[in-house]
Amino acid sequence: MHFLQPTSWDEALEARAELPGGLPVAGGTDVMVDLNFRRCHPAALIDLGRVPGLGEVSADGGWLRIGAAATYEHLMTALRHDFPALALAARTVGSPQIRHRGTIGGNLGTASPAGDAHPPLLAAGADVEVASQSGIRRIAIADFFTGPKRNAMAPDELISAVHVPRASGPQQFAKVGTRNAMVIAVCSLALALHPDRRRVGTGIGSAGPVPLAAAEAERFLEGVLGEDGLWERPRPLGEAVRGRFADLVASAARPVDDVRGSAAYRVHALRVLAGRVLDWTWADYLAAGPRHEAPAGRGVAG
Amino acid sequence: MVTTVTERARGGVGESVVRVDAVAKATGTFEYASDLRAEPMLWGAVLRSPHPHALIRHIDVSAAAALPGVRAVLLAADVPGKRTFGLNFDDQPVLAEGIVRYHGEPVALVAAETPAIAHEATKLITVGWEPLAAVTDMEDALRPGAPQLHDFGNVLRHVHIIHGDPDSAEADVWVDGYYETGMQDQAALGPEAGLAIPAPDGGIELFVASQWLHVDREQIAPCLNLPADKVRITLAGIGGAFGAREDIHMQIHACLLALRTGRPVKMSFGREESFLGHVHRHPSRIWLRHGATRDGRLVTVDARLLFDGGAYTSSSPAVLGNAGTFAAGPYEVPNVRIEGTLVFTNNPPCGAMRGFGAPQVCFAHEAQMDKLAAALHVDPVELRLRHALRTGSVLPTGQVLTGAAPVRELIERCVRAPMPSLQPARGRDQLDYPGTTGNVTRGEGIRVGIGYAVGFKNTAFSEGFDDAATARVTLSRGADGVVAEIRTAAVEMGQGLTTVLTQIARTELGVGQVVLRTADTSMGNAGSTSASRQSMMAGGAVQMACHQIRDRLAERARGRFTGNGQPLPDPVELRDGALVAGGEWVADVTDLLDEPAAETAVYHHRPTTGFDDAGQGDIHVTFTFAAHRAVVEVDTELGIARVLQVVAAIDAGKVLNPLGFEGQIEGGTAQGLGFALMEELLTENGVVRNPSFTDYLIPTFLDMPPVLTEAVEEPDPGVPYGLKGIGEAPTISSTAAVVAALRDATGRELNRAPVTPDDLAGLRPPRPTAGPPPVPDVPGQWPVAYYHQQVSTQQQLM
Amino acid sequence: MKLRLTVNGEPREIGEVGADESLLTVLRDSLGLTGTKNACEQGECGSCSVYLDGGLVCSCLVPAGQAEGADVGTVEGLAGYRDLDPVQEAFAQAGAIQCGFCTPGLVMAVHDLLRRVPDPSDGQIREALAGNLCRCTGYQKIISAVRLAAGRVNGHHGY
Repeated sequence: MHFLQPTSWDEALEARAELPGGLPVAGGTDVMVDLNFRRCHPAALIDLGRVPGLGEVSADGGWLRIGAAATYEHLMTALRHDFPALALAARTVGSPQIRHRGTIGGNLGTASPAGDAHPPLLAAGADVEVASQSGIRRIAIADFFTGPKRNAMAPDELISAVHVPRASGPQQFAKVGTRNAMVIAVCSLALALHPDRRRVGTGIGSAGPVPLAAAEAERFLEGVLGEDGLWERPRPLGEAVRGRFADLVASAARPVDDVRGSAAYRVHALRVLAGRVLDWTWADYLAAGPRHEAPAGRGVAG
Repeated sequence: MVTTVTERARGGVGESVVRVDAVAKATGTFEYASDLRAEPMLWGAVLRSPHPHALIRHIDVSAAAALPGVRAVLLAADVPGKRTFGLNFDDQPVLAEGIVRYHGEPVALVAAETPAIAHEATKLITVGWEPLAAVTDMEDALRPGAPQLHDFGNVLRHVHIIHGDPDSAEADVWVDGYYETGMQDQAALGPEAGLAIPAPDGGIELFVASQWLHVDREQIAPCLNLPADKVRITLAGIGGAFGAREDIHMQIHACLLALRTGRPVKMSFGREESFLGHVHRHPSRIWLRHGATRDGRLVTVDARLLFDGGAYTSSSPAVLGNAGTFAAGPYEVPNVRIEGTLVFTNNPPCGAMRGFGAPQVCFAHEAQMDKLAAALHVDPVELRLRHALRTGSVLPTGQVLTGAAPVRELIERCVRAPMPSLQPARGRDQLDYPGTTGNVTRGEGIRVGIGYAVGFKNTAFSEGFDDAATARVTLSRGADGVVAEIRTAAVEMGQGLTTVLTQIARTELGVGQVVLRTADTSMGNAGSTSASRQSMMAGGAVQMACHQIRDRLAERARGRFTGNGQPLPDPVELRDGALVAGGEWVADVTDLLDEPAAETAVYHHRPTTGFDDAGQGDIHVTFTFAAHRAVVEVDTELGIARVLQVVAAIDAGKVLNPLGFEGQIEGGTAQGLGFALMEELLTENGVVRNPSFTDYLIPTFLDMPPVLTEAVEEPDPGVPYGLKGIGEAPTISSTAAVVAALRDATGRELNRAPVTPDDLAGLRPPRPTAGPPPVPDVPGQWPVAYYHQQVSTQQQLM
Repeated sequence: MKLRLTVNGEPREIGEVGADESLLTVLRDSLGLTGTKNACEQGECGSCSVYLDGGLVCSCLVPAGQAEGADVGTVEGLAGYRDLDPVQEAFAQAGAIQCGFCTPGLVMAVHDLLRRVPDPSDGQIREALAGNLCRCTGYQKIISAVRLAAGRVNGHHGY
């Protein structure tokens, strides 16, 4: 098995093209588990750790560009204002040791339905930028996940960055586990309000073969907010709207029973979480109107 | 001139002495079994069965043997001696022969130059499997027509205990309950490991993490076709045990490979193999019926226990016996019937885990006491106080509690302990909510619950087993003054035994410098480090040896210094480097050590008996009682919980090392909390589904609350310092207390441990039952194999 | 492949390392530094925690090749020229060690915490150490050790 250490992005793409059996690795927090357990025997490892600038986070007008090698530790603090749902999700990943190394590109590359970054990316309407020697293309996040641990990338492509609109409204992320730390989600939910576009985004994790958006719930809430002029003149939503939204989120899930939890519990938990994250985001919106920063991790009386 | 000595050597019994191995462990220089090396070392690997029950039609090892770097491939036919082993009965194959009975059962061994090659070679071994129907439900094991997993059927043991006249007992209020507990795993951080080095005399040197070196040797030597004195075992550093190191794990395998290749062989399990490669806590089903008078007095308890022993015997018979004796709880009950059955299944083998049957029955009887209290409209604490055992009480086995039994005091300490401050539901820091950083709640649906539980456990081995312990102490003049050396095969596995032994030596010999030799089989048998016994047993042996040294030195002093032939006045003591008699200084110890003084002592506990036909007998040596109070918060909508505080009140007799004692209580309580909320090794049709730390969850820093430890020190008569064994006490009632608190918070019945979010959120009803299975027909109270002429390995040893 | 790295301040060179090996196996098997422990090999327990270029990582999850030219710190190097680092001393004195298998990883994690947050709150301690499992202690005495060490360290770490 070879170990390749490209020192530029072009070298990395070249290595990827020349060695179809090569496994890209950045933080190693997913790849190394498979190697340690001898579950895979790739022809080579392609270390992306020496490619300069791959982990940078930058803003470009109304968009954020998050480099594929950006670690959760970095994202926890760097995204508080511009992508609060992902900042919240980053804090729930593993442990400080894992967060120091794990990357958003790694999460996407593994494409697990349980990947913590995925629901926020769905809710925010992100694009995944992938590159090969033939050029660059963007894959809408909704098209990125093609099956459990399968994504829409070609064998000669690498993830270079994720592009996401900067938050124009409150966002939330909630993740349920059986203990209080270091859990793979039993289920998770991201919610983002986009007042600039009059859109609502959701993302569900660990409750289907791929990360899912609750499209019906999104359209329902957009309808309610749009028809009643609530984006411009917000007022409390009421129990009927909350309940319907929660039911629609729950019905979007396609969970199974597994060692981490039952399908019935996942549906139930999503319903509970949906009502809560709606309460919290809407309370933030009521308090401050559009372009409000949801403070990560602090309780707000709602 | 006569000098009165008042100083005592520091670092003795009762002080919080820093561990003797603390610096080595903190600096990473302490050598665990998995750290050992001996060139030219080979690595051993095991091919394990993927099936819970299957025939082996053929095995082809040619491809494995041909792999470059492979030095040996062994099958059952290559075992030179006895092909089976076991703690109670030798029913477990060294390597499977023709049939496998559990997922993970060893089938073949490989020795190779690197771990990767050894592992690769196991994948090249082809086995022709013929899967068989697996018995994976413990009630199915009892059904007529079920596949019979061993020669004498599926019932390993049945114990029957009758106390008073349960058939005629009259009660006004009856409470029925059905309870289940899942398979908990010891999950010690340090995995199984060892190093076997072939010796020039044809024997073997084995360095291993094990809880009982001598019983290991007893099982290993016959398999290697070697006499016992050619199998020399030295204790390697243990990264935790909690019962998982009592059974043979890699010992015979490593020795076989080392003898075959003529080179040292190291075996070190990864986490997954560790989960598959050691015994677990018995899953249980328990049916209880409590009857009481209208004015709140317990009249009768009827208990039906069913324990799943898995594929092989291990120490299961003793676990069941134990569970039976504790099934009615630490309460005075005039009429008791207990029927306890232990079955074989194709589930992973179960055996010793801290608590040894008592946590399961405590979970059940404490739930019953709360149910009964509700039915009687009596406060649940008051009901327990009313019936609490005390010194002089008679147990359902007819055994009289002759030792300390401060059960009421333990309960009262829990009640009186300060409550944690309760935060308002809204406005907290995220870490102070259930789910913490998961950000799932801001206080919605949060309810607080409080629960109490009481339980008890025996110390040392029972049912007539004479598990003595040997220690040898030598006092001599060293370069820096008088030094005491302790030699004992008693195992230190993290619980702090070696430190305690040095404290005992300091107290008894009045010297500061104490050294301990690494435990090995050249020393006398010290018995198992389990059953909370070693402070009493090895401690007792050390104390005895020290007293013998004191007497020897008194003889030397009488001969040399007192001249008139009169015996020295009582009391004769060794204090702060001096021999003191009747409070007066006689001689400096160093002057009495022209020759070292060395004494070996074998400490026996008082005798016990087996169960007679009615389950009566002096079954246990002595008892330790424990009570817990838990305060929890539950997000009742999401079904997740956060434990705010646990109080552990422990019947300690005498706390030998307060810092060490608290550490054991806090750690054991954590294991109990884990068993209540998150720990279960899940099997589906006998196949283990979560053999990893990703999915077998143990509590983290964010799961464990503050634990308040209360020690009640009422000395136990007739044991060194009046001490009680406390290693298991914190696991007995902690699970029951946490689940009681969860019931209080949610109002749900919660009849199974561990509790899941489905249970707490009300998505899953209490587990149902069709009623207890009929009592099986067995020849007697002993394990069934006994009646089929199989003799217990441990009985042979003692 | 060859590997050159600095471990505890000393340059080390290893002649042959498999590309699929981890920094953990390099430390333990190639360099004989067995203080760092292997308890799960998947980053779930923290027993293998080391410093890699100044950041705390699970060494079982670092591909060996990524450590080329890196600066690695392990428990063996923590004390430097002293007998014990204040964190190690605090662990010993506070009764925070039982079987000790988790201790090296925890000592590293606590060392890392205190150099970043000299006076951590209870919540900060628990969250920072949530990636380190202990099966023996129930964590309480480890938290005491952190407070004891914090009181002594004064925010200065020689590493």
